[in-house]
Amino acid sequence: MRPDDLVQLRPDGLYCPPADLYIDPSGPVARAWLTHAHADHARAGSTRYFAQRDALAILQHRLGADAAITPLAYGEVTEVDGVRVSLHPAGHILGSAQVRVEYRGEVWVVTGDYKRDDDPTCAAFEVVPCDVLITEATFALPVYRWRPPQEVVDEVLAWWQHCAALGRNAVLCCYALGKAQRVLAGLLGRADRPVLLHGAMEPLVAAYRAAGVALAETAPVKERARGEKLAGELILAPPSAAGSTWMRRFGDCEVGFASGWMQVRGDRRRKAYDRGFVLSDHADWPGLLRTVAETGARRVIATHGFSDPLARYAREALGLDAEVLSAGYAGEEAE
Amino acid sequence: MNFFDLYRRLDQTQSTNDKLAALVDFFARADAREVAWAVALVLGQLPPRRISTKDLKALALRRAAVPGWLFEESHASVGDLAETIALLVEAPAPVPFDGLIADFIERELLPATDLTAALESAWDRWDAFSLFVLHKLLTGALRVGVAKGLLVRAMATAWSLPEVQVAQGIMAGWSPVAASVEALRTGAAVASAWSTPMPFQLASALEGAPDALGPLDDWQVEWKWDGIRAQWVLREGQIALWSRGEELITERFPELTHAALAAELSRAHATVVLDGEVLGWRDDRPLPFQDLQTRIGRKTLNAKVLAACPVRFLAYDLLELDGADLRALPLSERRAQLEAWVGAVHPGHPALDRSPVVAAEGWAELAALRESSRERGVEGLMVKRKTAPYLHGRRRGDWWKWKVDPLTLDAVLVYAQAGRGKRSNLFTDYTFAVLDADGALVPVAKAYSGLDQKEIETLDRWIRAHTRERFGPVRSVEPFQVFELAFEGIGPSPRHRAGVALRFPRILRWRHDKPAAEVDRLADLRARFLGGAPA
Repeated sequence: MRPDDLVQLRPDGLYCPPADLYIDPSGPVARAWLTHAHADHARAGSTRYFAQRDALAILQHRLGADAAITPLAYGEVTEVDGVRVSLHPAGHILGSAQVRVEYRGEVWVVTGDYKRDDDPTCAAFEVVPCDVLITEATFALPVYRWRPPQEVVDEVLAWWQHCAALGRNAVLCCYALGKAQRVLAGLLGRADRPVLLHGAMEPLVAAYRAAGVALAETAPVKERARGEKLAGELILAPPSAAGSTWMRRFGDCEVGFASGWMQVRGDRRRKAYDRGFVLSDHADWPGLLRTVAETGARRVIATHGFSDPLARYAREALGLDAEVLSAGYAGEEAE
Repeated sequence: MNFFDLYRRLDQTQSTNDKLAALVDFFARADAREVAWAVALVLGQLPPRRISTKDLKALALRRAAVPGWLFEESHASVGDLAETIALLVEAPAPVPFDGLIADFIERELLPATDLTAALESAWDRWDAFSLFVLHKLLTGALRVGVAKGLLVRAMATAWSLPEVQVAQGIMAGWSPVAASVEALRTGAAVASAWSTPMPFQLASALEGAPDALGPLDDWQVEWKWDGIRAQWVLREGQIALWSRGEELITERFPELTHAALAAELSRAHATVVLDGEVLGWRDDRPLPFQDLQTRIGRKTLNAKVLAACPVRFLAYDLLELDGADLRALPLSERRAQLEAWVGAVHPGHPALDRSPVVAAEGWAELAALRESSRERGVEGLMVKRKTAPYLHGRRRGDWWKWKVDPLTLDAVLVYAQAGRGKRSNLFTDYTFAVLDADGALVPVAKAYSGLDQKEIETLDRWIRAHTRERFGPVRSVEPFQVFELAFEGIGPSPRHRAGVALRFPRILRWRHDKPAAEVDRLADLRARFLGGAPA
């Protein structure tokens, strides 16, 4: 990046000097604007936070009840020392946002994590025209092309029925914030019994319901009696539960994982999942290219995941000014 | 149900029982032609019509309209070429392959003069998983991941046949036509070829103390040879020699199989089937396995190659004599008949002998004898139950291999390469080095196994963070991580830079405690294991 850039990379993360604000900072700062509530983007310790209001309950749960968070509506403009700052839907999870900063006629957009696919649990991605786009690149390789999400939910349902017919339980691993609720929304009206939830899922599912998102009926696993023989259930659990002793209570079961990484057979097989469901909350390759084109950005800065290929493709095939944020800035995105 | 459905089900489970269920289901329901091809593919007999990976890649690049460098990035990330191409070329709204692979092979693949059309029409329709299987088939790299024993068990279960009959039916070669399936199901396949071998019985590794096996008197003990396990079949005045991989190796060992020998030996007994070991032999002791490999590797055997590695066949079991199948008899009775037959033959034909029985007063004496294995050029001891019949496959309980502990050395990781298949985007193939006389690192071994999944993933992250250079798929890394390697032997090798090659190297443990400067020295290895003076 260049010394006069409106958004710069500092040790604590992305920083906008004229407004003295950070976006998703890694360390404690005075003013932190958050794109969404995932742990690698929203970290505790900052003096004041700004976030989209649908994310408020979840952020308060994660950052602590005493964290000072200013809730904002999508599109609501905050003026800070001549910089106009606003949040716009990113379609990633509930309350996820892109951060738009405008200063002296120049517009920068930091997408945070985003996707272009349908998701009934959050507001759809909004194209925000800009001069410079700082985009995520988690799945920026042409092998990552998503199928319509409803087809994937159909696959999950078919798998559940297949397991039930064999008298087995189906344990679906997925991230507790976002992916789990998306699966539950897809199953709404299609399940003949409640979906069972791992304890880590419960408060987040409750937060989505409180925000008015309609989800399939659920029940906590822990309410089922110890020693009760479970069969034919669908259980949602965080990936960390796979292979743990917690899984033993389900006896004969198959284990699946819902994630964009499941697109690649080797990733599924080395993690020893029986089934992989390709369901991602990130943009696929066509979604990333479409976004670059639709924003009209003349300069593209790629971060997270396969940022090198995206930047090179934007330069060589699309003729844009493009670079990678910084090799050491972000690790591999969990999904 | 077609082959793709079967492959998908096998791919979706880690459990042998589920794999068995999928196979049984397939054999019970699928069309006989589809079954015939599926069996061939599981056995690794792929149709001869191929496309080179280079041509496949060129076609895919054109189709997917991605620049070459982006294709390479994708390949490096996915790890598998067939899968990378499948993911890049898949059309919108694809469907799973819904025909028979038998039809695809026989009607589209084999008659085609140019595979482009067949590929492009496949790319228009089928989903990435089906395309992945087709690409593997077309490049000759299809592996189904079902062991032969499981295949046999599934067919026997699906068709209510004895496993032995199925195993024998597929042993002498499989032709991928519906008639093969019919012959197998009716039992007609068994008697078809004179040279058909019998399925091999395999041993399990003995872990822990042998006393748990009970009195030594119940067991027959032999040396565990380091040669080629083989079956020697004399029938209809001819001799066939089969390796354990069920390949005919008759022509590799003329001393054991020539026509005059067959004619002479079949005068006393019309049929003889021996289970035993082919060994290189000189001065009353076995030659290293590497010497025997020259017999397998060479295209033509001339007098020089034959003289360089004289061979013997040491029989440890007699499976058939004069048309009678002896496998149901207890080992002790088979052994008695073997001794009688070999005893009559041996004086005139010293290359045919029996594997001697090792005598000892008790397990303790045997354990002491086992310690002499390395000097004798053997791998340890075999322990077989005297009352047991000859079974097929690996059945725990009757046959034990009691191998001597491996040799070890400490070496440092210098190169890493991504694995294949299940390990395709992890660095799992490692090259290790020791120090030469000048203190420089010289590679001595490649190893693929020995770490658990967690260690593999930790090492993978370390490798990515400490890469020095890339040579295509291979990365050189900082010489830092030290490992203790186990191996079965060491021999001089002009093909390796170190001048020596290790046999069966594998990782024993990760030596977090050892600095790279303290790995073994080449000169010491030569002195320790080759007996020569330090160079």
